[in-house]
Amino acid sequence: MRTAAYLIKKLLSASVTLAIISLLIFGVFQLLPGNPATIILGVDADPLQVQALSEELGLDAPPLQRYARWVAGLFSGDLGRSVRYQVPVIELIRQSLPVTASLAALSLLVTVALSVPVSIYLAKNNNKKLPTFISALMQVGIAVPSFWLAILLVMVFAVVLRWLPSGDFVPFSQSVSGALRSLILPAAAISIGTTAVVIRYLKNTMLDQLSMDYVRTARSKGLGKNKVLYRHVLKNALLPAITMLGMIAVDVLGGSIIVENVFNLPGIGRLIISGVGNRDFPLVQGLVFYLALTVVVVNFVVDLLYAAVDPRIRLK
Amino acid sequence: MIKKAGRNTNFKVGAILLCLFLILLILSLICTPYDPNKMNTQAKFQPPSFQHLLGTDNFGRDIFSRVMKGAQTVCFVGFTSVAIGLAAGFILGAVSGYLGGPADEVIMRLMDAQMAFPGIILALVLITLIGPGSVSTALALGVTAVPRFCRITRACFMQIKELDYIKAAKSRGASVPRLIACHILPNMLSPLIVTATLAFSTAILAEAGLSYLGLGIQPPQPSWGKMLFEAQAYLLTNPWYAFIPGCMITLTVLGFNLLGDGLRDLTDTKTL
Repeated sequence: MRTAAYLIKKLLSASVTLAIISLLIFGVFQLLPGNPATIILGVDADPLQVQALSEELGLDAPPLQRYARWVAGLFSGDLGRSVRYQVPVIELIRQSLPVTASLAALSLLVTVALSVPVSIYLAKNNNKKLPTFISALMQVGIAVPSFWLAILLVMVFAVVLRWLPSGDFVPFSQSVSGALRSLILPAAAISIGTTAVVIRYLKNTMLDQLSMDYVRTARSKGLGKNKVLYRHVLKNALLPAITMLGMIAVDVLGGSIIVENVFNLPGIGRLIISGVGNRDFPLVQGLVFYLALTVVVVNFVVDLLYAAVDPRIRLK
Repeated sequence: MIKKAGRNTNFKVGAILLCLFLILLILSLICTPYDPNKMNTQAKFQPPSFQHLLGTDNFGRDIFSRVMKGAQTVCFVGFTSVAIGLAAGFILGAVSGYLGGPADEVIMRLMDAQMAFPGIILALVLITLIGPGSVSTALALGVTAVPRFCRITRACFMQIKELDYIKAAKSRGASVPRLIACHILPNMLSPLIVTATLAFSTAILAEAGLSYLGLGIQPPQPSWGKMLFEAQAYLLTNPWYAFIPGCMITLTVLGFNLLGDGLRDLTDTKTL
């Protein structure tokens, strides 16, 4: 019963957040002074063209009606036509989604696969020379801009060593291995920063846990150091780290927007930048909503996951 | 406190890096070795030398002078955006934490909604609306910083307003502005300072990213992010050009992060 109540509560709060987001996105584009059609086409545009675009964008209807139409479009996938590309926005999103989704998934995978073992090592060997050096390196990893890292990786692995491609994305339909190869460097550029953040967090929680009474109890009843670490400490340290997943997902998405542009990958990031540059309002509006939707869904799943593994959360 | 600061490595390294940044900034206000925007087609892509400490770029402009001027850009965008985020976040957080109830609920929902965007996307949307440039970059990044300050202010208010000395001041008839200015604010300065320091580094990174994408600082105003973009085209022939602005961004961000972490440890505050 309590589980169902928890689920409903979380679902409700996610829906409210989404409703506010849709209002904000729609509202912010209404704040614009003047006719959006004139802004898109420029002040010297032919009045007939402006008239035609206003009609296409549905600007003649009152705001409330336009909002209702836009929200209905969000559900049915009809987000209008991109002003720049003259194709439905949803079509553009469908084309670029696989690139960004696989880039984000790969980056997330690398982050988790790297950060867990490294933070265990750091927590185990706290205050020794090499671990202290690695911890310092993590600070640099957090400070490095991902796109500079991307440029450096291109310099080393694509230009000097010629191991990996520096751009020229191979579509998944042509060759899956080729597509993955062209995603390795971008994923590395994105995940170094997030890995550093996670390692710092995990290491600190593990060190906190190691100083707890239950560790002393377990050790005094004769349990080996490693057993305590893996069986008790890791479990307790990984739990709160699950909540970090949502935050990392936001970071990864934000990172991929810039990094895709470094590698010229035909993903959501490049699409949104071209939309912003061309003031393609229908495209930007739709993209931003779906990006926010992704984040809200990820956070919702994280909440459920957290409650599933830790009964204390849902029974509170 | 000073003795403790001397033992805190994070604080020390961060302070040293920021001192170097400040020296560069102050020097750039007095003079730069060359005019940062003066082009010289005769001297394109010169490697670092005594004449041009960090070499010249694709237009023959002195990179060191541009790096110095870029420090001013960083400083302007950083300070303006943190000021906007701090001011708006403090007011919203204070209302939310002090009043509680429906006002708190509404404000926190709005903040949650904003947190659902990666910061860079929110900034991109705002820039689509108001156009690129240094002022709109600072404004956009300021707006993205609001939830961070709002949450920390709210948490502090909720904690402090329940303390006995606040109740005592209230029963003595202190007005709400006086209560906030004289009793609550002084007790939440350290978390605010730590948050501001860390927000500054976020703003530097975001500005560099936006300028790299061509949507932040507009040429000819020097920006480290924009320099990186220009350098990328000449990676094969002139790798050092891409190296310099990247190093500058990393070291400055590192400085602010370390200083923030150090301050947090020294004042023993919790940040969100």
